[in-house]
Amino acid sequence: MAELLKKDQMKPGAIVEGGTMAKLNTGVWRTYVPMTDLEKCTNCLMCWIFCPDSAIKVSGGERHETDLQYCKGCGICAAECPVDAIEMKLESDVPPDDKKG
Amino acid sequence: MAERMALTGNDSVAYALKQINPDVVAAYPITPQTEMMHKFAAYVADGEVVTEFVPVESEHSAMSAVVGASLAGARACTATSSQGLALMWEILYITASYRCPVVMPVVNRALSGPINIHCDHSDTMGARDAGWIHLYSENCQEAYDNTIQAVRIAEHPDVRLPVMVCLDGFILSHTLEALETNDDEAVRNFIGEYEVADSLLNVEQARTFGAFSLQNYYFEFKKQQADAMERAPVVVEQIGREYGELSGRHYGLLDAYRCEDAELVLVGLGSTMGTVKQAADDLREAEGIKCGVLKVRCFRPLPGEQIRQAVKGAAIVGVMDRAVSFGLGGPLFHEVRSACYGETVGMLNFIYGLGGRDLSLTDAKDTFRALLQAADSGEPEPTVRYIGLRE
Repeated sequence: MAELLKKDQMKPGAIVEGGTMAKLNTGVWRTYVPMTDLEKCTNCLMCWIFCPDSAIKVSGGERHETDLQYCKGCGICAAECPVDAIEMKLESDVPPDDKKG
Repeated sequence: MAERMALTGNDSVAYALKQINPDVVAAYPITPQTEMMHKFAAYVADGEVVTEFVPVESEHSAMSAVVGASLAGARACTATSSQGLALMWEILYITASYRCPVVMPVVNRALSGPINIHCDHSDTMGARDAGWIHLYSENCQEAYDNTIQAVRIAEHPDVRLPVMVCLDGFILSHTLEALETNDDEAVRNFIGEYEVADSLLNVEQARTFGAFSLQNYYFEFKKQQADAMERAPVVVEQIGREYGELSGRHYGLLDAYRCEDAELVLVGLGSTMGTVKQAADDLREAEGIKCGVLKVRCFRPLPGEQIRQAVKGAAIVGVMDRAVSFGLGGPLFHEVRSACYGETVGMLNFIYGLGGRDLSLTDAKDTFRALLQAADSGEPEPTVRYIGLRE
């Protein structure tokens, strides 16, 4: 764990550098994991548009796995997917090695 | 140029705000503050200020908009009364904890219910723990002067806290008074430019504002706020002296009136202190009773040690509260008595004027007489008394 700042090292008003949320592993809040079948995926990228946590990884116009460090399991991607390529599964029902967005 | 003008309390503060020329003002109308922002909006419409005026849909939004503007580097103000202040509640704490040097005139009005539009201090008294500096005004002149000084106090690097400028609803807000105003340029030079190190709009150096702060950091941030409040009295006094050099009107944390040799002292806030000063003069002249008045101008931070020094020589002290903390008594009374812990001076609490009930000169004299009677009889009971109340 990083050493805590002393009181006088803390900027009044709790102002800190930008982009601090990127450092947090908010994926640990998740109850359901979005299991995505990339074979079914048509790369329409509706999931990428709707994801409130920018957790859908895309490059070259193609959808890749969901970034499970940030995905909180809200299920919006699954609800929006027009080809039902995303299934929300209970974390506890998915073996760790099979877990991928 | 400096001018003598006839202005109501609302107009005097609007005139001060015109001279301050804030970058952003967001406000919502509420009696008895409405005319203040009405007047200020006219200055905006007439191009007399460069202020971005945001007519928001509620006071919660007014305070929120002002916080955003302040974090973006703007000198930002709002104004309200009573229920409007109540609706700002959660953002009041956020304004102070984000260290936004916002200035907000509050035209004091009773809180509902029953619904009432007239003066008491229950609105700002409820906000006394929100982390704002509270300045109370005795008359329209002081409301004008306090508004200008509030900018400097709030933005002082040792302080960086929001300031409420309190003025009594209707008694001051709607009453015409002849007062001295300063030259526009003198005000501009006095308040200077507002500068921020970190701005919400600086994308080159992005910052997080309103960060989550848990068990490991929150406590230290609160102590920083407490430390800033402790540094504030010196700053309030310094700005009061500088303003005195500018205007000839000097300000301190307290205004002790004929207290040096006083046997009876009444302590209180706001416009009533003018009436009480007259009562003190009359009783000294007609009956030879040594009366003094201690007006608390700066209620937050509370200048406890100065209060103790000012009243410790008296035989008995009465603290006048225009608000009641149900189950406790008057809030000012309890703070003043606590500040005087260890002194032998007797203390009574007089609650008066709730919902705008008038406190006449006769009432003020009777209050001094009640103090005298308690001192002479050696029976300072009951401690908490009500003035002008029908039984």
